[in-house]
Parts: sequence; structure tokens; C-alpha cells
Amino acid sequence: MIYEVFRQEREGQPFQHGGSLEAPNLVFAEAYAREFYGRRDESFALWIVPRDAVREVREPYVADVFDRDYRRVDGYSLKVKLKEARERAGTSEAR
Amino acid sequence: MNAQELLRLADDELILGWRNSEWTGIAPFLEEDVAFSSIAQTEIGHARAWYELAAKELGSDADSLAFDREPEDYLCSPLVELRLADDWARTIARHWLYESADAIRIGALKASDDPDVAGLAEKIDREEAYHRMHAAMWEERLRGDARFREAVDELWPFALGVLSEAQRSLLCEAVDRDEVEAIEQGERNDLRPLWEEMTMVRRSVPGASW
Repeated sequence: MIYEVFRQEREGQPFQHGGSLEAPNLVFAEAYAREFYGRRDESFALWIVPRDAVREVREPYVADVFDRDYRRVDGYSLKVKLKEARERAGTSEAR
Repeated sequence: MNAQELLRLADDELILGWRNSEWTGIAPFLEEDVAFSSIAQTEIGHARAWYELAAKELGSDADSLAFDREPEDYLCSPLVELRLADDWARTIARHWLYESADAIRIGALKASDDPDVAGLAEKIDREEAYHRMHAAMWEERLRGDARFREAVDELWPFALGVLSEAQRSLLCEAVDRDEVEAIEQGERNDLRPLWEEMTMVRRSVPGASW
């Protein structure tokens, strides 16, 4: 069985994927994870998850077929809008 | 604690570490290879620490004590001498029995009047906790396997020989087995070839260190 190991480097930080290992059960997986990701005190905590328990999803997540770029932060070009606003205000340079 | 007792401990850890390291590269699977090799390495580290304590009393150094003695001068128990590197069931049986015995021995050393001994035992015990966890998980997994049970039966008198007479009943309790006559004296058949290999560098280049 394959287990995915996530490690938290310091208390309070997000867990990040460390790697995976093969083990016959969770007890063995824990022993090996302690050895591979904890021996040198490089982790504050570990999450050990059977790979089967992880649901992987890929595109398309939520179909987005119409032009609704206003829903995205990159839908606004601030540069153009700023230029227009400055022209209206009569100042072409930033102060 | 006298130097002979310290040497006995150190020799046990050195020889067992060496024996376990014989699985490096050929353990049943990759993860186990890394874990078991690491255990072998920490045992040798513990040996070094005990040799250093003994060296203070004997006016020697750890490397000399580990590598410059004759095979018949080693005080290790027969359990750790056995070459089992082609038999995983027996290797795990020894590992589990040794760790069970060592837990009792280390527990007693932690209460030693000698602060150096007690302090070192305390430190070593923190690492041994991982060895015990590893041994226990394997014992649980192989418990139902006939080869493993036979190996435990075969090695049980050797395991009792790791401990002093007074400590043996604790081991019987810990692994739930009846006391039998302990094997304390080995025939040293397996130790000599190991010694040849282990001391080869020091014998070729006296005083070599690395």
C-alpha cells in the first residue's frame, strides 16, 4: 500500500507534501515516516495518508465557458483604468 | 559500574549493529532497508558511547576497544554473534528478543548511581524507543508465521543470556515465555569471521581512524 506523507516544518505552518512510501499497513507506514521525515528533527508533525484516501481532481473544475472575466482578479487591467482616470483628472503623471 | 560491564554492553551493541547492517541493500523492501540500516547505525553509535565511558576507566579510546582486541576478548552475548543475514524471520526474532531484553537492561541502567551511566542510558533509551516500536510492529506481523515462531523458540535461551540472572524473570514476563536455561557462552564460531571483516582496516593500518 502506498502512503502519502505530509510534513509540517514548524508548529502552525501548513502541511506540505513530503513524499510517499510503501508499507503493509499504517503502523509500518508510521515507523517508516518517522525514520524518513522525522529522524533529523526536520518536521514538527506528520500526516500519513493512504493514497487511496486522497481524491485527485483535474480540469475542468467548474466549467467557465462564458466571458465573465470580472469574476477574476486578473479580469481588471489596472494599468489602463489608471491611465484613463489620470487623463480625466488632468494629471498624466503619478504624483 | 566497572569497565568489564561497560565493555559487555558496548560489545553487544557493536556486534548487533554490525549484524543488522548485513541487511543493508538486501532487506525485504526498500523502506525496511532504510529503517533497519538506520537501526544498525544507531546501535553502533550506542556502542561508541559505551566504549568511550569504558575507555575513560581503562585509559584507552573507543576505536581501540572496538577494533584492537582479539575475538576471544569480546564480551558480547552469543545472541548477537549469530549470523542470520539470509533469514529475515530469525533476524526479526533476534531483533525483537534483543530489544525486549535491552529495554530491561537500559531501564536498570537509568537508575544507576553513576551519573555518567544513568545519563547515557537515558539518552540511549530515547533512541531505543524507536527500535522497540519497530521490533513490536514486526513481531505483531510475523507472530502467526511458523518460521518466526520457530526462530523465537530457537533464540529464546540466547535472549535470556543477554541479561543478568536477576533480570531474566522480567524478560519472561515481558515476552510471556517460561524461563529456561540461558545460553551465556557462545562457541564463537560466527564471531571470528565477523571480527576478521570488522577489524580488517585497523589490522592493516594500526591506529587508523575515520
